[in-house]
Amino acid sequence: MPDPLITATGLTKHFDDTVAVDGIDFHVNQGESFGFLGPNGAGKTSAMRMIGATSPITGGDLEVLGLNPETDGPALRARLGVVPQEDNLDQELTVRENLAMYGRYFGLHRTVIDERIEELLDFAQLREKADSRVEALSGGMKRRLTIARGLINEPEMLILDEPTTGLDPQARHVLWDRLYRLKQQGVTLLITTHYMDEAEQLCDRLVIMDKGKIVAEGSPRSLIKDHSRPEVVEVRFPVGVLEEIAPRLESLAPRVEILADRALLYTDDANATIEKIHAEGLEPEALLERRSTLEDVFLRLTGRTLDD
Amino acid sequence: MPLALRVFESEARVYRRVWRGSIFTSFLSPVLYLLAMGVGLGSLVDANLPAGLEGVSYLAFIAPGLLAAAAMQTGAGEGAWKVRAGIKWLRTYHAKLATPIGIPALVNGHMLWIGARVMMVSIAFAIVIAVFRVAPLWQSLAATIPALLVGLAMGGITTAYTVRTNSDPAIPTYFRFVVIPMFLFSGAFFPITQLPGFLQWVAFLTPLFHGVELCRAVMLGTPTAVAPWISVSYLLAFAVVGMALAVRPFRNQLLP
Repeated sequence: MPDPLITATGLTKHFDDTVAVDGIDFHVNQGESFGFLGPNGAGKTSAMRMIGATSPITGGDLEVLGLNPETDGPALRARLGVVPQEDNLDQELTVRENLAMYGRYFGLHRTVIDERIEELLDFAQLREKADSRVEALSGGMKRRLTIARGLINEPEMLILDEPTTGLDPQARHVLWDRLYRLKQQGVTLLITTHYMDEAEQLCDRLVIMDKGKIVAEGSPRSLIKDHSRPEVVEVRFPVGVLEEIAPRLESLAPRVEILADRALLYTDDANATIEKIHAEGLEPEALLERRSTLEDVFLRLTGRTLDD
Repeated sequence: MPLALRVFESEARVYRRVWRGSIFTSFLSPVLYLLAMGVGLGSLVDANLPAGLEGVSYLAFIAPGLLAAAAMQTGAGEGAWKVRAGIKWLRTYHAKLATPIGIPALVNGHMLWIGARVMMVSIAFAIVIAVFRVAPLWQSLAATIPALLVGLAMGGITTAYTVRTNSDPAIPTYFRFVVIPMFLFSGAFFPITQLPGFLQWVAFLTPLFHGVELCRAVMLGTPTAVAPWISVSYLLAFAVVGMALAVRPFRNQLLP
């Protein structure tokens, strides 16, 4: 088994009086798609920036691609691709010019850049817009351009910070498809997200972060298996009724979470649980059954939902 | 250095797309001042001063002053809006810093670009001055060198100011209370000896005053208030100190 691409031990980041990253340990292997899942403020972006050598490390050890981000910043950044959360493209330049200029920052030769631009335009499905100014592009197109830009130097690892935030569902799916193709080509992906479906779709392995710490680690499937039951029955009751009948609900499934607006019954067999609900004489306003997600894992581990 | 040139290249590429927007402030405005003040007002001033103002016509007096002032305003403009946009509004600086480009390359490339813009503006205006027969072409062009110094001085100090003040109103305030008064009262339009006593000292300490003195001396051969090497050093100091004061705040804001 080759050495991990990233190894972090006790990685810590302080800002003045806040602790953004609180002594985390993790490793990322070559070729995998690794995720940091957590709500806003969990410390994911701070961790990413330390890995990408754009933020000094406050404590702990971090090794990325065999280099020390503190001392080998420029050499490390030359081998990474970064897709930031906000699109910081040059608005007045065209798609092609944005890609070309970014390639120049890596010292790439013009002929090399021109070849790569052609491939990237196809990859990002932006060929028709190649000579349009960025300000004329839609949000989804800008994000695809930002991803394409992050690939101009053929990085060994691509770091994506919240890649689909703010995009409509269609654009998200196009993006996931692009990233999936990259994964198949063997590019190592490092993704932060607060969307559990994104983490489940894209990541081979992930860590769940909350308030600067890692609270769980594993593949999406193993996390769900270890921290939740396979299926969930969600029930809604009229305002006020839920509190009254909560004790009755709690006996109907191995684990029950009472939230503000609904109750979640975790079970191995949703149908059986639904029958029990009806047998108990309860008639919920709304009822749905679904399989467990990483959001349920997060709820179990922290008592909160991902979008708190 | 090569990395700084890449930053320069990116500024140049953007400018190729947006240059039309800068023609008025960079070029037309100084030319309009030259016409309105130099020719329009100048005929009245010359009638009052048969021996000339410091020995030359009013048009000739203000031409080098306007050259220095145009360079000064270009330097201030490039050191203000672009920096604020790069750090706060568009975050294009952040994009650059995710590559091998580091803070020194960013600052150096930025200053190189300021120099290039100042030279563009100055050379264009110097040609106009030669067309107006104020001075021979080569003397007008030679005056672009001190103009470059004053542009870099303002560029450096304005960059430091912008990067240290995060609020958006700080920039218009700077132009309102520093750049414009300096433009009007630092010797471009009238000798600072016309100012009341203590204000002469304030004017004397402005970079524009020294730029105006040097431009006037090169273009017209008029004597300077202090030895030229003092003015040159003063302007270079502003540029260098400005850059030095900008580096740490750049780092704190772009690589927290």
